[in-house]
Amino acid sequence: MLIKFTGGTVYDPLNGVNGEVRDIYAKDGRIVATPAPGTRIDAEYALNGRVVMAGAIDPHSHIGGGKVTIGRMLLPEDHQGHEVARTELLRSGCGHAVPSTMTTGYRYAEMGYTAAFEPAMLPANARQAHLEMGDTPMIDKGAFVMLGNDDFFLRALSQKKDFSFIKDYIAWTMHAAQALAVKIVNPGGISAFKFNQRQLDLDERHEFYGLTPRDIILTLARGMKELGVPHPIHIHGCNLGVPGSMYSTLATIRAAEGLPLHLTHIQFHSYGTEGDMKFSSGAPQIAELLNQTPNVSIDIGQIMFGQTCTASGDSMRQYGNTKSANPKKWVVMDIECDNGCGVVPMKYRDKSYVNALQWAIGLELFLLVRDPWRIFLTTDHPNGAPFYFYPHLIRLLMDRTFRNEMLEKLHPAAQAATILKSLDREYTLYDIAIMTRAGPAKSLGLRDRGHLGTGAIADITVYEDNADREAMFKTPLFVFKSGEMIVKNGRVVKVVAGATHVARPDYDPGIEKSLREYFDRYHTVKLDNFRVSDQEIVDSNCGHTGGECGCVIVQPCGPRTS
Amino acid sequence: MTNWTRGQGQPPKSNAITDVACPFCGLVCDDLELARDETGIKVTKNGCEKAIAGFERNVDGAKPQVAGRDVDLGVAIQTATELIRKAALPLYGGLGTDVDGIRAVMALADKSGGVVDHALSEGQYRNFRVLQTRGWIMTTLTETRNRADFFIVVGSDIQKLHPRFFERIVTVEQSLLSETPPKRTVVFIGRGLDQSAVTGPRIGDVITLPCDVDRVGEVVAALAAEIRGAPLAQETVAGVPLADIKALAERCRAASYPVFVWAPPSLAFPNADLVVSTVSDLVKDLNVSGRAAGLALGGNEGAISAGAVSSWQSGYPLRVSFASGKPDYDFLRYAIPRMLANGEGDLLLWLASFTPDLGPPATKIPTIVLGTPGLKLASPPAVFIPIGTPGADHAGRIIRVDNVVSLPLKNLGRSNLPKASDVLGAIELAL
Repeated sequence: MLIKFTGGTVYDPLNGVNGEVRDIYAKDGRIVATPAPGTRIDAEYALNGRVVMAGAIDPHSHIGGGKVTIGRMLLPEDHQGHEVARTELLRSGCGHAVPSTMTTGYRYAEMGYTAAFEPAMLPANARQAHLEMGDTPMIDKGAFVMLGNDDFFLRALSQKKDFSFIKDYIAWTMHAAQALAVKIVNPGGISAFKFNQRQLDLDERHEFYGLTPRDIILTLARGMKELGVPHPIHIHGCNLGVPGSMYSTLATIRAAEGLPLHLTHIQFHSYGTEGDMKFSSGAPQIAELLNQTPNVSIDIGQIMFGQTCTASGDSMRQYGNTKSANPKKWVVMDIECDNGCGVVPMKYRDKSYVNALQWAIGLELFLLVRDPWRIFLTTDHPNGAPFYFYPHLIRLLMDRTFRNEMLEKLHPAAQAATILKSLDREYTLYDIAIMTRAGPAKSLGLRDRGHLGTGAIADITVYEDNADREAMFKTPLFVFKSGEMIVKNGRVVKVVAGATHVARPDYDPGIEKSLREYFDRYHTVKLDNFRVSDQEIVDSNCGHTGGECGCVIVQPCGPRTS
Repeated sequence: MTNWTRGQGQPPKSNAITDVACPFCGLVCDDLELARDETGIKVTKNGCEKAIAGFERNVDGAKPQVAGRDVDLGVAIQTATELIRKAALPLYGGLGTDVDGIRAVMALADKSGGVVDHALSEGQYRNFRVLQTRGWIMTTLTETRNRADFFIVVGSDIQKLHPRFFERIVTVEQSLLSETPPKRTVVFIGRGLDQSAVTGPRIGDVITLPCDVDRVGEVVAALAAEIRGAPLAQETVAGVPLADIKALAERCRAASYPVFVWAPPSLAFPNADLVVSTVSDLVKDLNVSGRAAGLALGGNEGAISAGAVSSWQSGYPLRVSFASGKPDYDFLRYAIPRMLANGEGDLLLWLASFTPDLGPPATKIPTIVLGTPGLKLASPPAVFIPIGTPGADHAGRIIRVDNVVSLPLKNLGRSNLPKASDVLGAIELAL
């Protein structure tokens, strides 16, 4: 079936198309070149005056896995009043801060997103993470597996095992957990917390293993590069949420020594200690350093005001954050000699100095970091805010007047402590297309996603060119997934399953000898049962709800080097 | 519908089967070895009595029945579909199944406007109520196995519920943290709890604070008070000398990773959630300056999978009604035992695929049973459909008691009984 999308104004940064009126053709789920004159067009959409972009991609959103479901169980009161009724087409669900899985999928699609990536999949919890993502329809999924706090890795590093052994282990874990990338959360800190250490700065030593976060970050950064995994090591750094965290963030950026790094939800790690409140913005210094450091990309983790729930693997820092829990209940876990987690409900208030400044710090970073290819739009769903606040966030970035109006409602001392008002920058549609499509696709190695060139998957979002950018991005006119219309006027019209993206760097299977011994001796699960099979993921995407069968897409890795 | 049992789930060719995961209790031990021949399955290694009873059971010959008469599966499904179509408020209970089974229940309950509740929810809610009001600090099986130096068993007969817990988690000789791990102390709060498996070179002191099990709340409250620095002014608590409780508080503080273990089904007395709440709070108090964690057990009959899948699909851990078209949650109102007692609901669909003990409750309303052959039935239900056991008769996946690890269940080729998810899926399609 040949489909023609006629006359839309196209923003396709990976192909250098900046607001040009173009026709796009799709056949069998992919974008194709302009067909020969006279070729029969099976369907045509007249998009004159409309804005056309690739489907949006969220590179960091907690949509699947144990800690998200702990958040769901923890907060029935947050779901109540936010229930979503079943329709002929859609399953019922609920959701405010931590929506149910089907509702999550529908909402993403209704907002023009066609992919979202779970950034904190524990190896020990990988099967469940994929089960939950399998119950999240409409969008493509994938997950970053957490390493750097697991005892196998820390032992190997402290025993100074050969670097190829470490790389084999990283690659084996990516295969076993069905991951697209690797994440470190509070490097070494989750493990250190199990030994009752309460903080671990970049150069502090883990008491038991004698390692520092710097050692761990550099090992994994180098490992990812030499394994040829497209996405660099995805780092949730030291000292999340701590006043003064900006110094460990600056030191981490410098520590990279040219290795590619991605620093995630950097807003939560950009705090200084200036002023009467001993809480200030580190955004200007961090942005300045980032502007000079092309090997480092970031996403923001913008906060928005209201009730949400923070869910992180960072048990050490989340335990520290429990004093701010609202409502006052929370879960912290030590997990499987593998990782940890902390789930802490949070209500960000615009009349709180700290929360107001957190909001401003996120926006300062957005506006001060100049290269949109290295900065991605996230709220670290649900930690900073639920993902469906993105249209509001886009308006804040694109509309300075609106931004300043919002700023004026905040705690006065926070207004005085931010340079936000002096920042004139307004993001363009092209910038937005980079940070929500092209940039994440490029960074994650999704070669046929995030753009509209020939051969790309026909994941296409069409918007009305509304001057109110929040309204525009909230309710796309059409969303197409693999060439099929799935959303019309902001409502789901067809349910699809979405695929799971993974990357599979090469490894020496000899690593399994050490791993098998380790599992048999210390673990409560056998190595072969730990591994998640392809068939399980395909099955996850194939419930009885009218969804199409999903599949596993293996994104290519570069050659392994040393 | 796809069936991922093609592939790894094919019945094995050799008759020795290793790394088998056992679904017959919440621990889901996955180191079992089984042998299969024409006479059936034998557990040859690492089987406890629950595993042997579960795997070695003969399930041959069971037929679908309508009103006590054998029928084809198609007729049984059709009859069940008609009953559900006519029902104003179907109740989906039992829910002893795997992840795919509970997914299929959720889809059917959503479509038919029913209520979902697990047979063991009463026990699980001793935990959920605490999670939903206060939260906690918890640990998992592997972490406990390697890290814990001090175990406090709170009023729970763990040996009875989980016959291999002590063997696999407590008395193990090796720890990844040390070549010569220190001996472990195990404290039992409560009288008459089976301690027979707490032996071996790794075990140091075994201490009992002998109170009646329904009074453990008093002892843990006194312990919490000691730990919080507000000691009681009495000589005994529930018959236990306060000096012993003081000594326990001291040892909790001195331990590097004390783990408080309880099994909610064992705390079968009124307001037992308050015991869980007290223990969770005292664990939090210990964490102000040291480390400590809770470890809740139980979760037999697929209860953990049911709670988790219900939570991620509906937002709520069971006891949800879809009658309004939206998930409506009320853990008192939508408790199926209460609803049946009060004449609410006009159809019961009961699902029990693991043990024959999980029979449906007596009720006057029509009942559809999807059950493992031999399931205890007080009277023939309106429809009986024999179904396979995940991990014996077909492949599946199940979530373990610590709510973190889930395991693949093998198809051992024990029978050709259908999967609950396939039967429920067929009903949903026909509805």
